[in-house]
Amino acid sequence: MTDAATDLQLMTLDVNGEEHEVLAESRRTLVDVLRHDLRLTGTHVGCEHGICGACTVLVDDRPVRACLMFAAQAEGARIRTVESLSDGTDGCELSDLQQAFSAHHGLQCGFCTPGFLMLAEGFLAERPDASKEEIREVVAANLCRCTGYQTIVEAIDGCAAARRRAGKEK
Amino acid sequence: MTPRSTEDRLVGRSVARREDPRLLTGRGRFVDDIALPGMLHAQFVRSTVAHAEVTAVDLSAVRQVPGVVAAFTAEDLGLGDITARLDRPLTEFVPTAMPVLARDRVRYVGEPVAVVIARDAYAAEDGLEAAKVSYAPLTPVTCEDQALAEGAPRLHDDAPRNTLVDVSLFASEGIDAVFAAAPCVVHVDSRTGRQNALPLETRGTVAHWDDREEQLVLETCTQVPHQVRTVAARCLGLDERAVRVRVPDMGGGFGLKCVVGREEIAAAAAALRLRRPVKWIEDRKDALTASFLAREQHYDVRAAFDAEGRILGLDADVVCDMGAYSCYPFTAGIEPLMASAEMPGVYKVPAYRVRGRAITTNKAPTAPYRGVSRPQYVMVVERLFERAARELGLDPVEIRRRNVITDFPYTGVNGITYDPGSYREALDLCERTVREEGWYEKQAAAAAEGRHLGIGYSCFSERTGYGSTAFAQRKMEVVPGFDLSEVRMDTSGAVTVTTGTMSHGQSHETTMAQIVADELGLPLAKVKLHQGDTDRITYGWGTFASRSITVGGSAVRLAAAELGKKLRRIAAARWDVSPEETECGQGCVRRRDDPSMSLTYEQLAEIAYLKAHLLPKDIAPGLTGTAAFDVFNDGTFSNATHACVVELHEGTGQVEILRYVCVEDCGVAINPQVVEGQCRGGIAQGIAGALFEQVTYDAQGEPSATGFMDYKVPTAHEIPDVAIHHLETPCAFTETGAKGAGEGGTIGAPAAVLNAVNDALRSTGVELDHTPITPEAVHDALRRQRTLERAR
Amino acid sequence: MKPAPFRYHRARSTEDATRLLAELGADAKVIAGGQSLVAMMNYRLARPAHLVDIGGLRALDHLHTDADGGLHIGALTTHHTVETAPPDVLEPGFGVLRRAMRWIGHLPIRTRGTVGGSLAHADATAEWCLLAVALGAELVAEGPHGRRRIRAEDFFFGYYTTALDPGELLVEVVFPRPAPHAALTEFAERQGDFAIVAAAVDLDAEDGTVRGGRVALGGVAPAPVRVPEAEAVLAGGGTFAECAAAAADASDPPGDANGSPEYRRHLIRTLVQRACEEAMAP
Repeated sequence: MTDAATDLQLMTLDVNGEEHEVLAESRRTLVDVLRHDLRLTGTHVGCEHGICGACTVLVDDRPVRACLMFAAQAEGARIRTVESLSDGTDGCELSDLQQAFSAHHGLQCGFCTPGFLMLAEGFLAERPDASKEEIREVVAANLCRCTGYQTIVEAIDGCAAARRRAGKEK
Repeated sequence: MTPRSTEDRLVGRSVARREDPRLLTGRGRFVDDIALPGMLHAQFVRSTVAHAEVTAVDLSAVRQVPGVVAAFTAEDLGLGDITARLDRPLTEFVPTAMPVLARDRVRYVGEPVAVVIARDAYAAEDGLEAAKVSYAPLTPVTCEDQALAEGAPRLHDDAPRNTLVDVSLFASEGIDAVFAAAPCVVHVDSRTGRQNALPLETRGTVAHWDDREEQLVLETCTQVPHQVRTVAARCLGLDERAVRVRVPDMGGGFGLKCVVGREEIAAAAAALRLRRPVKWIEDRKDALTASFLAREQHYDVRAAFDAEGRILGLDADVVCDMGAYSCYPFTAGIEPLMASAEMPGVYKVPAYRVRGRAITTNKAPTAPYRGVSRPQYVMVVERLFERAARELGLDPVEIRRRNVITDFPYTGVNGITYDPGSYREALDLCERTVREEGWYEKQAAAAAEGRHLGIGYSCFSERTGYGSTAFAQRKMEVVPGFDLSEVRMDTSGAVTVTTGTMSHGQSHETTMAQIVADELGLPLAKVKLHQGDTDRITYGWGTFASRSITVGGSAVRLAAAELGKKLRRIAAARWDVSPEETECGQGCVRRRDDPSMSLTYEQLAEIAYLKAHLLPKDIAPGLTGTAAFDVFNDGTFSNATHACVVELHEGTGQVEILRYVCVEDCGVAINPQVVEGQCRGGIAQGIAGALFEQVTYDAQGEPSATGFMDYKVPTAHEIPDVAIHHLETPCAFTETGAKGAGEGGTIGAPAAVLNAVNDALRSTGVELDHTPITPEAVHDALRRQRTLERAR
Repeated sequence: MKPAPFRYHRARSTEDATRLLAELGADAKVIAGGQSLVAMMNYRLARPAHLVDIGGLRALDHLHTDADGGLHIGALTTHHTVETAPPDVLEPGFGVLRRAMRWIGHLPIRTRGTVGGSLAHADATAEWCLLAVALGAELVAEGPHGRRRIRAEDFFFGYYTTALDPGELLVEVVFPRPAPHAALTEFAERQGDFAIVAAAVDLDAEDGTVRGGRVALGGVAPAPVRVPEAEAVLAGGGTFAECAAAAADASDPPGDANGSPEYRRHLIRTLVQRACEEAMAP
C-alpha cells in the first residue's frame, strides 16, 4: 500500500483552453484535481458516486461526471468547467444560458448549478433542437434539492428556444 | 409610511437575485472551496456497530499511515458534551449528553469515535482503515416496539423505556364522551419513513486559530452561526468572544444545518491542538448514515364527526423516533411538541387530546427538517377528513369547507391564536382550478377504461414568525425568537445591512435588500446584506422555522427606519426645522413643505462622518440604525391548499403525478418569484417523502442507504411542474406584512399525494397510510382488487 | 469516499494491455470508462492494486457491420456513440440497441461508459448484458494466447464474474444476426436507476406473425437469463400475454428492499409483454 501511495503522475491537463501541469497521486479524481490542485472551485462535489451530477464538466464537449474519472484519464482531452461559460474581460459577463437560469430562478442555493449548466451546455451543443421533454429527460441526470427542477427545465428550454430564434434571424 | 411611491416599490416585485452572478459563474465560495496555508484534513473513525460499549480505541497504526499527521480519541481531546435541555420535569423530558467523540459507549452506526488528521482527504481515509476499535456489543434498539417494550435495553441510563419526551396536553374535558356519542369516528394509524433533509452540499467546516485576534475562526456551513459559537466555546472551554463563526455560501440546509454537529467541534479542537487549519468535509456516505435524519413518526389518531361532517374531537398519540441523542439547541422535543401543539391546524376542532413522545433508538440522531412534524400531522388529519367524508358520503372538499376556520383571529382548542388567513378562499380556488382543468371528467373517463386516476387535496396552515413568547412555550432552555439588525450607511451613501438570519438558498441578499431599499428609497445596488458572521452582529438566531423574513426582515426594516430617522434629524438640523417636517425618498431627505429643498444621502453622510463639526451637539457622528424585532403573540400563519392528481399504473405499481396545483397565501410576498421557488422546492421535497425517500435499519441497526442508489432522491423525471396561485392576506404585525414561506410546500405535499393515491385506490378497499408509498404497495393494493373481482 | 492507492498503467495497445494484465496478475483491473468501477473504488468496495487504463486504445472504439449482416461493436465504444449512431449503421436490424441506450443511467454516464466495460463488469441488471444474451451475441476476448469468442450465455457467471481469464481483455462484442423485432424495457422507481427487473426479447417474425423468439430477463438471477418456458410459448404460437405469464411463472426472482419475489414476478409479466409489443410495433 505504501508503495502504491507514492504512485505520482505528472499530467498535462487542458482545462478551459489552458494547459496545466499537475503532479498528483494517480488516485486523485478529476474533480479533486480541478478543485484543489488547479483551484477551479466552481465545479462541486455532491456524492462521489456519479449520481448527483454536481461535478459535471465537459470532456471533449460531452458532459461527464468528474467524480467518476481519475485525472490521469483526462490527459489529452479538452476539459471545460463552469468557469469557462461567462465572458468579458472580467469573466463575469453571463452567457445566455447563465442569464436564462437567473431569469427563470433556476437556482436557489446554487450548489448544484454549475453541474446543471455544464450538462445543459454540452447537451444543447449536440441537440440545439431538443424538445422540452427531451430537456427534462436530460435534466433528470442531476439532482437539485432546492428548485423542484421546473425552473431549470424552463431555463434550458428558454435558452434553446432563444438560440433557435436567433439562428433563424441570421 | 413608505418613502417610495407604490409603483417604484421593490417589495412585491420579482427583482433579479443578487446571489445569482457569482453562483452562476463558479465564483461562489462554499466551505470546501476554502484553502488555507498549511491546512490539514479531518475524517472520522465511526462506529461500525449500533450499540456497544467501547472497550479500546487503538490509533497507533493510524499514526503510522503515510500522510497522517495526528489522530485523537475523546480522551485525547477532553471536550465537554453537547447537551440540549428543556425546562421540564424529568417525567416529561430526559436530556442526553452527546459527547463530541464517543467515549465508552456508541449508540449508532456512524457515531464518531476518533478523528484522523492528514495532509489530504485521501490520506485521512487511509488512516481510518488502520484504526482498531474494540466493542462489547449491547442489544440494539431499532424500532418503536423494541424501544417501548417492558425491560427494553436502555440507550441512556436516565431514560426508562427509552423515552426522552412524554407530554400529555389539552385533554379537553369530556372528550371521551364526545367520542362515545359521535355518529362518526374515524381512525388513522400512520407511519412515516426516516428521511434525510439532504442539502446537496454536505456538512463541513474549516477551523483555524487566529493569533492576532486571539480567536478560533470556524468557517462552517450552518443555519445558526451564533449557536455554533456558543457550543464551540462551551465544549472547548473558550470565552465566546474567542470564537468567530463565519458562514460561506451554503449549499442548502433544510434544517439539517440548524443544529450543532459534533464533527465541527472536533475539527476545531484538532485545529487548536495542532495550531494548523483543519478542514472537515463530510462525504456522502457519512451524510446519509451518520448525519442528522428526521421524520420517522408514528401517529395513532381518532377523529369524531357529527352527521353533517363537522369535526367534534381529535384524540392523538404521537411517537417520534429521534434516534440516539437530542439535537442542540432544539432537543428531542422538537418533533413531538410541534405535532402536539399544532395538530388541529386549519380546522375548528372543539375537543382535543394528545400524547406526544420522543423515543431514543440506536439510529443516527435527528434534526428539525423543513416542516417539522407538520408534513406528517397534516397528512394524518387530512386522511381523517377524507375517511370521514367517505363514511358520511360527503364530498371530500365539502367536508373541509364545513370545518376550516373562517373567522379571525381564532383561538383554537390548542390555545393558539391564529391571525387572519385565507383558508376557505384557498380551498375554493384550488378546487375550482382542478375542476376547470377538467380533472374530474378525466378521472371518470379513466375509470371507465379501467385506469386508476385519483385527486387529492390538502389544507393546512403553517405557523411562522415564532417569537420568544412562542418558543418559550416549548420550554427550551435557550429560547430563540428575536432578531437584531444594524443598517449602516458609509460616506458614499451606500448601505450595509447585518442580520442574525442566515440565507442558504432563500435569497435573503435580494429580499432583505428590497426591504431596506424601499424603506430608505435607495436603488437595490446601494444595499448589501451581510450575514453569517458572529463578529458582525451581537447575536442572531439564524434561519429556520420560516422566521427570516418575518422576524429578521422586520428587524432589518426597523433598523433601516432608524437610520432614516437619523438622516432626517441631520437634515432637519441643517434646515432648522423639526424632523417631522422631513421625509426620506429617492436617495435624499426632503422638506415636506418644500420638496425642492433636499439633501442627498451622500451630502448627509459627508456631514455625519467627514464634517462632524456641522452636527448639532445632540447628534452623534456616524450613520447607523439598529433595531431588534420580536413577536409577542403566537406568530403568524401562512396557509395553502394543494391538489394533486395521480395515475396508478397497474403493470408496475408506479404512481405518476399528472398535475399539481398550489394555492398559497404567505401575506405580502417580498419577491413573488422567490416565494414560488420556495413552494416548488418544498413540494418536491414533500413528494420525495411521500413516494421515494427512506432510510431503513436492519435488526442490527445497520442503515440501508449509503448512497443515492438506495436513498432515492427524485429527479426532474419524477417531480411534476407545479401551478401556483397566490392569495395575499397581509400579516398585521410583521413590519412588511409578510408571513413565512419556506416550509409550506413540504408540509402540504405528502397529504395531497397520499390522498390522491387513496382516491385512485377507492375501488380496491385498500387504503395506504404509511409513507413512502412504494410501487410494490400500490401493486399489492391493485392486486387485491383484481383478486376480489375474480372472486365475484 | 476517496479511493485506496493504486498504481496506474496506461496501455498503448491491446497487446500492451494483455501483457500488463498477465504481469500484474489478479490485483490488476482494467479501466475503460470507469463509470461503475470508480464509484466502487470511491467507496473502497473495489481496491485494485493496479489499474490498466485502456481508454487510449482508439482501435477498440468502432461500430460496423460485416458481410454476413452481423454487427461488431468495439469494447471502448460508448453507450452514447451507439445512441447517436447514424441510422444506416444500426437500422433496420439493430435499432433495438440504439433504443435501449436510454435505459442506461443518464447522459453523462453514457458519454463515458463503454459497451465493453458494461459487459465485463457484468451487473445482473445491466442493459448490455441482457441485450447480449437476448440477441445471442458473442464476446471476443484477447489474451496472451490470442483471441477467442465466447457465447454471451456462457460469459456471465453472476455477481460480477465472467468467463474472462485474469489476463484477458474484452475487445469486441459481435451481434451475429440482425434483430429487427427486438426490444428491451425495464422498470425502476426512478428513471436511470438500476432496473428492479429488465426484459429483452428478440422475436422471429414473418409478415407480422411471430414464429418464435428469445426472451431474456435481468434482475431476477445473479446473471441475465433466458427463459425457455416463455420462448416455447412464442414458438407454439401463444400470445404475448401467455408468453409473459410463462416467463413470470418460470422465474424464481429474489426479494430485497426493491421488491419481493411476488412483485418482481408481476414486473416480469408486465415487462415481457411490453417488450414483445414494442418489438412488433411498426
